[in-house]
Amino acid sequence: MRYAETGYNLEVDLSTGNIERVETDPKLMETHLGGQGVNAKIIWDRVKPDTKPFSEDNLLIFGAGLLHATPVVGCNRTSVNTINPMTGIFGHSCMGGHFGPELKYAGYDRIIIRGRAPKLVYLYIHNERVEIRDASHLAGKGPGETTSIIREELNEPFAQVACIGLAGENKVFTASVEHGYSSASRGPGPIMGDKKLKAIAVRGTKDVNIAHPQELFELCLRMKKWINDSNGCGDWMAVDEDDSFHHNNFAWGYSRTRIKNYWSEELQDRWTHWKYDNMDRQAGCYNCPKGCINVISWPGTKRFGYKCYGKDTYHMAAFKELDYTYGMLGQCLDWGVDSYSTPQAISLGIELYDNGILTDQDVPNFPTDPGDRVKYLLEKIVHREGIGDILANGSWWASRMIPGAESFEHNTVKKMEQLPIKLGKLNPAYYIMIATGEKMAITQIEGSFPQDPIKDPVKRKEFVDRWDAAPYQKFKDMFMNWEKRDQISIEDTCALVDWNEAMHYVDDSTGLCGFVSSFRGQFGGQVAYSFNNVPQIIHLATGMDIDKEGLWEICRRNRDLVRCINNRLGMRRVDDDPPKDHWAVRDPELEEKLLDAYYSFRGWTKDAIPTKEELHRVGLDYVADELIQLGILDPNEGTPEQEAAKAAEQKSGGC
Amino acid sequence: MGEKVKKIVRTIRVDLDKCNGCRGCEMACSAYHATPKYSAMNPARSRIRVVMDQFNDEYVPIRATDYAKAGCDGRRVYTIKGKQYSECSFCGTICPTREMFFDPDSGLPLQCDLCGDEKEPMCVQFCPQGCLTFEEVEVEEEEKEEVKMDEMEIGMRALLDKFGAQKIADTFNRLSQKG
Repeated sequence: MRYAETGYNLEVDLSTGNIERVETDPKLMETHLGGQGVNAKIIWDRVKPDTKPFSEDNLLIFGAGLLHATPVVGCNRTSVNTINPMTGIFGHSCMGGHFGPELKYAGYDRIIIRGRAPKLVYLYIHNERVEIRDASHLAGKGPGETTSIIREELNEPFAQVACIGLAGENKVFTASVEHGYSSASRGPGPIMGDKKLKAIAVRGTKDVNIAHPQELFELCLRMKKWINDSNGCGDWMAVDEDDSFHHNNFAWGYSRTRIKNYWSEELQDRWTHWKYDNMDRQAGCYNCPKGCINVISWPGTKRFGYKCYGKDTYHMAAFKELDYTYGMLGQCLDWGVDSYSTPQAISLGIELYDNGILTDQDVPNFPTDPGDRVKYLLEKIVHREGIGDILANGSWWASRMIPGAESFEHNTVKKMEQLPIKLGKLNPAYYIMIATGEKMAITQIEGSFPQDPIKDPVKRKEFVDRWDAAPYQKFKDMFMNWEKRDQISIEDTCALVDWNEAMHYVDDSTGLCGFVSSFRGQFGGQVAYSFNNVPQIIHLATGMDIDKEGLWEICRRNRDLVRCINNRLGMRRVDDDPPKDHWAVRDPELEEKLLDAYYSFRGWTKDAIPTKEELHRVGLDYVADELIQLGILDPNEGTPEQEAAKAAEQKSGGC
Repeated sequence: MGEKVKKIVRTIRVDLDKCNGCRGCEMACSAYHATPKYSAMNPARSRIRVVMDQFNDEYVPIRATDYAKAGCDGRRVYTIKGKQYSECSFCGTICPTREMFFDPDSGLPLQCDLCGDEKEPMCVQFCPQGCLTFEEVEVEEEEKEEVKMDEMEIGMRALLDKFGAQKIADTFNRLSQKG
């Protein structure tokens, strides 16, 4: 019997209509866990490097986490992976809600979709019964309507539905997959549109088995109460009405203008009223007591849910207030666009118009009010109409497609928009994470080690004493000795980046949510999941013997594999490059040193490719062989550190 | 007329405003009633279901109460926040009108037993949000002979309703003889 996982994948070919239930190799759990880990392995094996994102051969994989549908609390994020058309590399994407657990109750660990349907369809899964059904009546409809029509016509009120809105149907690069008030951005939306797959409806009535039931259940019962009561878990932004952090520190408009003293008590009071006078509920995801999703009924719009920083991006792009965003989000959810990238593509368009690069011919009847301009361009983008057809590809592509626009684009890494943060002095850890991260959002990379030192030594000590999430004493020592943000050794920087990244790889493969795990620990240190308890939880759920080091090793393997997928798609050191103006003061010499040190730490070559030795170490010899065969990896090349040692030895002549 | 006596009634109180839609109650119920205990999760086997429509802000945990062999004649329609609901939308009766509260494999009814040997039902324990709370209320009511059916009896009842006594007896005899 398989524990925690179902042991089956659902393979769907939309071109031929072929549907298969395929038993999986139990060894994959030991090597990659599940979720994005196994998805990456499938993409390495089956999506060849010459595959274009909008090709029948590109795969779209909805992967449940290894611990989905077990009693593990706050474990519900589904990994949705593909080759992202915006970046041309592996698309890291995940969504909360109920989809992954329901998929497992239907008897599948993941759905692997290839091909392209001849017309708009949706996929209906009820245990072994799987159908590709006509979706022409759902064309252009938003997630609310799509979900209720599908549930009604299938007579499946408990089906979980993931779908795209009009933006996804039109292959807008910033479109997201919508599921309730959760969404998966960064790639899968436009791919789902290209595959002409409007929606997936899943209903499952099968058992998911647990290896050590009593112990796991009792632990989870305690954890559910603890997470509910804890201030160290969940999205504090859902309840903390002081949002001076984003408004005073993040840049407005096209990520250029900082308004340092924007926030005021009067404003907070007004915004708090807007929120609570119109809030229906703070909703959560599967088996999580937290209410991170603010559900708002705003007059004149459809009901919407948002979390985290999602309430800020539209009004910050338009220099407006919260009521402006509230007026927009119902429509944005209905169209299915990502609120992280889209406002930046829009505000680039506004900046290009203000600078005469775009003219009245490009944007006929362009309004004067910035709020109206954002709405105008959003509508064009979603419909891919006129200039919207170009801006729909995101700011990097748009700036390369509009003559004279390239020099204006300034806030992307690997062709994808980044948070609008513009700071003074370079921060070594953030330099490495933003440069080398290939998840395309810093929030998917940072998160375990605090962003800033604690100045007061007494409070610092208190923090460290309570810091149960720290996996090794060295992290406590590092924090105790940390005085100034940018003053931390390169060695320590690499180690803390590794911890930050590894914890996200834990979440991506198990399905845990960053707000109870990888992202949240940096704020307060009191997080539910860490390297100190996840191995035991995996053991209880799956029966697999695993310890801290073993879990870390899997994360390293998964990290290397994603890097190799991207190397095979052409990514190199030159792409590990933060936005030029992310920091006002740059230090090119230090930056090169940081990259060399990080690559050496990771076991990667100077050109940011895992070495043959590293790939052997993590059991990815077959990956090394292919990279060598393709001429991408030099089998004799070591890490920058090893190469420097070799060079020094040659210089000294040896014996 | 029976005599009035004091009785302890055990029940679960539901505060809809506190439901965040996590469905931990469903998971916990299915785990508790699995054999061996906690060995399998499956909300479709749960005796409590959250009837949920996020887009209409609808989150209603419903507990399986009584078994009925036929659907009732409730035809009334209620409108809540602009959406129409039939009378049975939030009904706890285990009846053939809906798929809810029937074991997905055997098709037999699943009735809430308030997790008899636990200090509180498992769904309540798994709801620290406070949407579900366990209550023991003392009520005064007329004493009447009440036959409380256990789980097997409810299952047998459903089988009798479905197949008739003769067929059940024949099948029982045949299977018993096989040993």
